[in-house]
Amino acid sequence: MSNPPKDFKIFEFSKENKAKIELILKRYPEGRQASAILPLFDLAQRQCGGWLPPSAIEKVTEILGVSLVRGYEVATFYTMFNLTPVGQYHVQICGTTPCMLRGSEDLKRVCKKHLGIAEGETTEDGLFTVNEVECIGACVNAPAVQINDDYFEDLTKETFLNLLEDLKGGKDIKPGSAVGRQGSAPLEPPHERHPREGGEPGDA
Amino acid sequence: MPKLIIDNQEIEVEDGVTVLQAAELLGIEIPVFCYHPKLSIAGNCRMCLVEMDKSPKPIASCAMPVSEGMVIRTHTPMVKKARQGVLEFLLINHPLDCPICDQGGECDLQDITMAYGSDGSRFNLNKRAVPDKEFGPLIETAMNRCIQCTRCIRFATEIAGAPELGAFGRGEDMEIGTYIENAIRSELSGNMIDICPVGALTSKPYNFRGRSWELSRTLSVDVFDAVGSSIRIDSRGREVMRILPRRNDEINEGWISDKTRFAYDGLKYQRLDQPYARDNKGRLKPVSWDEAFALIVDRLQHIPGDHIAAISGDMVDLEAMVALKDLMTAIGSPHMDCRQDGVVVGDGPRCSYLFNTTIEGIEKADFCLLIGTNPRWEAPLINARIRKNYLATGLPVVRLGCDHDLGYPVDDLGNDPLILERILKGKHPVSAALKAAQFPMIILGQNAISRRDGPALLNVMYQIADKYGLIYDDWNGFNILHTAASRVGGLDLGFLPGPGGHGVKEISDAISRKHIEAVYLLGADELDMEALKNAFIIYQGHHGDRGATAADIVLPGAAYTEKSGTYVNVEGRVQRSLKAVSPPGEAKEDWKIIRALSEKLGFILPYNTLEEVRERLVDVNPLFEELDIVQRAPWTPFSSVGVVSSDPFESGIKNFYMTDPISRHSITMAKCTREILGGAPHVLHPREGGDPEII
Repeated sequence: MSNPPKDFKIFEFSKENKAKIELILKRYPEGRQASAILPLFDLAQRQCGGWLPPSAIEKVTEILGVSLVRGYEVATFYTMFNLTPVGQYHVQICGTTPCMLRGSEDLKRVCKKHLGIAEGETTEDGLFTVNEVECIGACVNAPAVQINDDYFEDLTKETFLNLLEDLKGGKDIKPGSAVGRQGSAPLEPPHERHPREGGEPGDA
Repeated sequence: MPKLIIDNQEIEVEDGVTVLQAAELLGIEIPVFCYHPKLSIAGNCRMCLVEMDKSPKPIASCAMPVSEGMVIRTHTPMVKKARQGVLEFLLINHPLDCPICDQGGECDLQDITMAYGSDGSRFNLNKRAVPDKEFGPLIETAMNRCIQCTRCIRFATEIAGAPELGAFGRGEDMEIGTYIENAIRSELSGNMIDICPVGALTSKPYNFRGRSWELSRTLSVDVFDAVGSSIRIDSRGREVMRILPRRNDEINEGWISDKTRFAYDGLKYQRLDQPYARDNKGRLKPVSWDEAFALIVDRLQHIPGDHIAAISGDMVDLEAMVALKDLMTAIGSPHMDCRQDGVVVGDGPRCSYLFNTTIEGIEKADFCLLIGTNPRWEAPLINARIRKNYLATGLPVVRLGCDHDLGYPVDDLGNDPLILERILKGKHPVSAALKAAQFPMIILGQNAISRRDGPALLNVMYQIADKYGLIYDDWNGFNILHTAASRVGGLDLGFLPGPGGHGVKEISDAISRKHIEAVYLLGADELDMEALKNAFIIYQGHHGDRGATAADIVLPGAAYTEKSGTYVNVEGRVQRSLKAVSPPGEAKEDWKIIRALSEKLGFILPYNTLEEVRERLVDVNPLFEELDIVQRAPWTPFSSVGVVSSDPFESGIKNFYMTDPISRHSITMAKCTREILGGAPHVLHPREGGDPEII
């Protein structure tokens, strides 16, 4: 077996993914199979190592019987589909207001400096791609970063750089809050919470 | 039927009508960009916002269906402010390059901004820049001007059936483009230029050539196919600057094919602008009209009248045809034919050669059988109607003949004409489908009936139509799809071999037996000129094409933009074109040439004005009196003899962009051939003694 094709000139779903497609298509009523375009793109993107090459878009539109240009419209609309290759770890730093207030700008700066790349670029070793993204829905544990499918929350400059180093070193990393918070529970136990200053809630 | 009040006027409309349409019925204008009456509703430009009682926000009237008791206001401070706001947003990224924009003067954005916009912009940042796209040889793009109304995308997807355009990216970064940059492969692509409300898509051949206010507009009729689309000829001085469609819901709905729209530059090249005569060295030499007529008279007086034949071409007006017919009758010749491709229809009743269903009637059909035809190339607008029906009702289309992509799914039966006999005998699945359908239609291509077994095919068709109930009450599903604009008119006029006369197919044989010694070609170029070479050939027409190259005497006539002519379209609709510009040089209107020649030959035709020619037309066939309506033919039995051959059907049109003397000399059409069809470079006809010009 030779090396896997790098440019994905001809894309073919793997055997396991073909079985998954069968299941996915069954979720939609007869004649509405075109709706499966998002899960199928996702499947293709995973198979291709994090990006969606044109041949994969072609393959999916062929399976669903929609025109190529419709597939391309969908793929360019959703920012979670990467139309250029990404590194092994796709670092997506949330830059929306809550994360920004909690220091995402710093995270972005140190990350780019540490890895020596600009936004949207991939490191030479092919390990990291950095992007700023819109709200990833983890505001409560801001600032948050999504790396591939996992969220890393409550980050500081230091914990974030350690995380990147661990990834580089191939160490096991633990997703979730960096400060050990369970889910989005408050950091302090409830009874130690400070009473609200200035009276009852709603007094403003 | 809901009742609603718009601007204090009450109106009752049908269910499903939108607020915008209801306002239109009352004559209230609401500005729009993305809404187009022939396309699906997008509702994304927000220009049509109006105020609705009980709604806190303005509503998009193009997308809001009417309901009982609605109260709509279109002239309130809120609407005014909403319109100003929408325009301000649209203009944020729209370049202010109206002075160098081809759309200037006929631009929706310009007009609407003038009428509804505010007087300034509060936006002081840089505008976004969008790279221009390559849409092929017909459409020029300036994508900075695009306001993302998506009309072009919807047109390509819905009407043209070529889903090649899309909107890529999102939000402010959204761009219109094709998946892979290439020419848009549709015969209707030029219509995107018309529907683009701004100057993002403009005509490439017309690029920077003129301004809309400089042009004179002439309402006319198209002759590049037999559909007879309603067109507008825009001219400046003696030059046709562009051709645009007119809205005519019974025929072309406001669309025209790219050949109709862009082949007009062929009117400027290789024109016959003076008479020519072949000298004794075999070269065509310019002569005066008098000399040309004298030479004709000199030759014809030694030839008996019944040894002269006349063939009329595909773009000839009825006035010229009736004059030539009268002249031939006066000379005593029965050898006349308007079917230069040798089709066999025309001897039977009128219903045997019409598109009886009518173009509008296609929308009613619930089963369609195509035989030996490629409607996409033979009549793009008829194909668009079939597609429209397919989109609306899922019309099943079955085809016997060559495989062409028509833009909708087609069930192929193969390419064996003998299948028709099995259908007739009820031994084919199509038989049951024809029987079950309530509004079945069959379309037989012109090329199919020009075959040797044409009469037999026509006969089988008739029997199928009769057996499976294709004709009842006011439904008639029997259709012949002609490609020549002058064909139905010629047949209605009876420009056909008289008793003992030879048709096109027998003429070459008759020439070799010296039964025919002279041939008058009236704009007839699609013939095997080699077969006529032993005869004295008079060619009358507008281009130095095949006919003129073979002729002994060339008489310069007028092209369709240069004369007022009568044509009958494929449905049997009599239409009249108007003269937009004058013929070049010494060229004359065709009926006048024949009238003048008749005098020299001593058979003076009894008409001196266009009105008198038209009176004569009505004498010959009273049908020609009623203009612009379909004159349906009663279903009368007809039959012809012969045996259907098993030879497969062939494609009638090899190159959509070059089918006639005008489009063969159009540089735009040559570019289309090369870039869209991937054809070889086009070679213009060599000028006398010169090298062929390759473009």
